[in-house]
Amino acid sequence: MFGVQGRTIASVTLRATMGRKRALLFAIPPLILIVVTLLIKASHPNDPSWPGQVLGIFGFSVVLPLTALIIGTSVLGAEVDDGSIVQLLATPVPRSVVIASKYVIAVALTMVFVAVPELLAGLIATGGATKLAIGVFVGALAGSAMYNAVFVMISVLTTRAIAFGLVYLLVWEGLLGNLVSGARLLSVGQYSLGIANAIAHDATALNAGLSAGTAIVMGAIVTAIALVIGTRGLASFSLKGDAV
Amino acid sequence: MTAIELRNVSRWYGNVVAVNDITMTIGPGVTGLLGPNGAGKSTLLHMIAGFLPPSRGELTVGGTASWHNPGIYRTLGLVPERDSVYAFLTGEEFVRTSARLHKLPDPDAAARRAIAIVEMAGAQDRKISTYSKGMRQRIRVAGALVHDPQVLLLDEPFNGMDPRQRLHMMDLLHGLAEQGRTILFSSHILEEVERVSGTIQVIVAGRLAASGDFRAIRRLMTSRPHVFLVRTSDDRKLGATLIGRPAVTGVEVTDHGLSVQASDYGTFTREIATLSRDQGIALRELLPEDESLESVFAYLVET
Repeated sequence: MFGVQGRTIASVTLRATMGRKRALLFAIPPLILIVVTLLIKASHPNDPSWPGQVLGIFGFSVVLPLTALIIGTSVLGAEVDDGSIVQLLATPVPRSVVIASKYVIAVALTMVFVAVPELLAGLIATGGATKLAIGVFVGALAGSAMYNAVFVMISVLTTRAIAFGLVYLLVWEGLLGNLVSGARLLSVGQYSLGIANAIAHDATALNAGLSAGTAIVMGAIVTAIALVIGTRGLASFSLKGDAV
Repeated sequence: MTAIELRNVSRWYGNVVAVNDITMTIGPGVTGLLGPNGAGKSTLLHMIAGFLPPSRGELTVGGTASWHNPGIYRTLGLVPERDSVYAFLTGEEFVRTSARLHKLPDPDAAARRAIAIVEMAGAQDRKISTYSKGMRQRIRVAGALVHDPQVLLLDEPFNGMDPRQRLHMMDLLHGLAEQGRTILFSSHILEEVERVSGTIQVIVAGRLAASGDFRAIRRLMTSRPHVFLVRTSDDRKLGATLIGRPAVTGVEVTDHGLSVQASDYGTFTREIATLSRDQGIALRELLPEDESLESVFAYLVET
């Protein structure tokens, strides 16, 4: 994929990320999604309005961002925090390769832990491979790619990546995104919903506020910018001395 | 060519000056960077290693600046102070990972060679999390050596090692230096530097306080003025004798015994035993009063 350096970083990252106790957290939000879907399916089997709300609102404003936050900040952030990133950076590996390999692992893990459960929940909720089920699956795949670019970037720039990530999710996406329609233009959650809705065609149930075109273009731009900033940040990674 | 060169290098954090206008050249062989904690040794090493830009001045390794230059790591190996490695890897996996990141043509052979240098072949298949401190340190050295760098930087490599592990690490560093490498390590313990290093650079409060051959600096240290507390069976009688000696510059009788100022550490400590024996005075206690490392360094700054 990226040659021997990228493959080496990706494989060590995968082992490190899945080896931590934190990895158990990855599974909790998707598990809740599936359980909630099963419960509602059992109690309201014929109500057509709930699948959109559970898959869209709960899935895309809670499960997807939280899981991406935990994964995106652990692939690189954990090493930045404990200083072991120095072992990796004291080699001639281009910093873009470091970011790209970490990012690919984060995206792949998020897809496994969020997009696949979204698809499963969609299949259960709508009773088959409906437009809604496929839509939320594709939206979640795209969301995994976009959110992780942002969270990997944050984990390079600060050692309090989870805190900053939560503030972004709760204040910007959660609060401002609902109150100010302009904030949606810069909301990864809205990009994901916009893409999901392009297939599902159920904007009211999914609460999607952006058109598919806007969502794809803005999502691609934000992802690219975040990865570039992340690479630059890593190139300037510095160690504090003993004097302060 | 592979020398480390610093010209008027300073580094500050806000108002705090960590490294203050240091100029030095470090060539092949073992060089010890010596100084008390907080003197700026790590800041200096981080700058040389390319993990911190100098605020002012010029710093090159092998003729090129190390900041923003990952290519420098083809000729430079770094063993950071923080002992955090991927502990879930075995020693061999860790070193082979390092070889792959360096894109070496035969990572397996390179890893075997580096592990042999640090004599860790016997434990290479165990996970690093099961290693002792000394073993972890050695496997990290192997990781930093895997691409056969000309320059090796080690930040406090002896920290937390037992005497046997230290001795082994010192032999290792000497062996590497004999092959023509430039080895620079930092330490805040005088004795460590003494065993390893021919050349030392003493850093105190961000400044280069002394520089050069270890033996010369050591002599400077032992011939410095010194205050001793002496307790005997007859303090006044010994005090009267001592004041007549050229190595003694002052004697004070206190409640706890004699406070003796000696101008020459070596001569005084040799003389006092024979003097008291000749006078028939029993020597009960002889305590250097300012033996802290800081006072040794402070003295070096003044001279």
